[in-house]
Amino acid sequence: MILQPIFFYLFSAVTIAAALMVISSRNPVHSVLFLILAFFNSAGLFVLLGAEFIAMILVVVYVGAVAVLFLFVVMMLDVDFVELRQGFLQYLPIGALIGIILLVELVAVLGGTIIAPEVAQQVAQPIPPLAEASNIAAIGELLYTKYIFFFQTAGLVLLVAMIGAIVLTLRHKEGVKRQDIGAQVGRTREAAVELVKVKSGQGI
Amino acid sequence: MDTFLHSYLIPGAIIVGQSLLLLVVLLVVIAYLLYADRKIWAAVQMRRGPNVVGPWGLFQSFADLLKFVLKEPVVPAASDKTIFLLAPLMSTVLALAAWAVIPVGSGWVISDINVGVLYVFAVSSLEVYGVIMGGWASNSKYAFLGSLRSAAQMVSYEVSIGFIIIAVLLCVGSLNFSDIVLAQTTGIGTVLGLPNSFLDWHWLPLFPAFVMFFISGLAETNRPPFDLPEGESEIVAGFMVEYSSTPYMLFMLGEYVAITVICALMTTLFLGGWLPPFDFAPFTWIPGVVWFTLKLCFVFFMVSMVKAIVPRYRYDQLMRLGWKVFLPLSLAFVVIVAVVLQFTGWGGVPTAG
Repeated sequence: MILQPIFFYLFSAVTIAAALMVISSRNPVHSVLFLILAFFNSAGLFVLLGAEFIAMILVVVYVGAVAVLFLFVVMMLDVDFVELRQGFLQYLPIGALIGIILLVELVAVLGGTIIAPEVAQQVAQPIPPLAEASNIAAIGELLYTKYIFFFQTAGLVLLVAMIGAIVLTLRHKEGVKRQDIGAQVGRTREAAVELVKVKSGQGI
Repeated sequence: MDTFLHSYLIPGAIIVGQSLLLLVVLLVVIAYLLYADRKIWAAVQMRRGPNVVGPWGLFQSFADLLKFVLKEPVVPAASDKTIFLLAPLMSTVLALAAWAVIPVGSGWVISDINVGVLYVFAVSSLEVYGVIMGGWASNSKYAFLGSLRSAAQMVSYEVSIGFIIIAVLLCVGSLNFSDIVLAQTTGIGTVLGLPNSFLDWHWLPLFPAFVMFFISGLAETNRPPFDLPEGESEIVAGFMVEYSSTPYMLFMLGEYVAITVICALMTTLFLGGWLPPFDFAPFTWIPGVVWFTLKLCFVFFMVSMVKAIVPRYRYDQLMRLGWKVFLPLSLAFVVIVAVVLQFTGWGGVPTAG
């Protein structure tokens, strides 16, 4: 298979270049668009790994929903580009520190499996070969049987977060006229229209 | 070299050829769907519609194409030029990309992938970018307002579309489009002892989902009555204000391709894809692709009639319908379908393929 490495290097190169452009481009909207490109190419890498379900979910959730909201917010910001550049050096040390910590952790994880290959067999459930079950079926099987409590807990955490966000932002303004569709549809002719005999020259 | 030829060049050439064939047929079909759309709209309003170019105006779409291509594209001076020109391309290319996994006949599909439904869902959720990017890059108030409306609208209705797709997937047990069509060979009709017919398709048992999917599809593709992103009476032409000539045409083309994708999805998920309406002699002689096209045209006719008949929604009504009506209804529908399938033992068994 010669195509697979070619596409791997293509996707990885574009991902890294796009990730660099996210932090280096001057216009925040361009940054978000490059972030989307990076997501998209990571999805390509997942497809190459044979994890097409995760690839599609990445596109649907991150690109289709999260990044749209990012873009939404960033576009409406009134950004002063000069001011934005000034803070760059100030935040460089802490940014570099976080970056280095992440790098070390990644090296530790990936390097660990190379130094001690037997570790890899202990951390993950063996994936059934693709001929037996497609990876959606495999993920579903694991998620809803072995990891059902983790799954439910994650769902609960998300539910709490969602209700929290609604409670924090919901405000009922007093004195605002709202449309009540039920009331509109429920109106009858008798309740809405009144026939009045008016004597001429007197008014109602 | 020989293995290279046989394992890469020839399959690659076949895929390119299939894609080109699908693309050409699709674009010609869309040219006539556009013509049909205008004719139906005109007929409802008792006008004649396009009737000058060619017999009965049959070449109107091609004349429009030539007109758009030959005009000068105007790019506003204060716009972000790269994104301004990238946006219409994105909206067209993404909409066309969705067609890669939709089977138009038995085995007539470019890429028969296992996650076909998810792929189409992912691609259609990306279509909002063409609109947002175009609206922002134009550097114009009306365009920007239009793109904000569109972003909110498309994100809202995607949720209910997603739930309805899940309800269908529960009945099938596979995310592959061909499996979804084949699962509709048996259904209510065969349970009642009738031969295979149109009563087996998903539209009958999942009728509420069928209706909700249709309406959400209209909103997702910015079709009237949900065409608020380009509401002429309020924000001129929305995100397309600053566009002219070929970029404008690409936006229009992207919109119509997206509509055909939604029609194809309805055909595949609910109307039995390429299956004939009755599984006996005169109907089975006609190839599946013809049935698929006929069903697609039927769904498009309904879309077109809605455009002609229904007045445009107000924005708060649109959001209310999406979040307060369709979201709870589709969520409840998923639960109901799951419960029914669990207790009756109907529905598909998850397959390996």
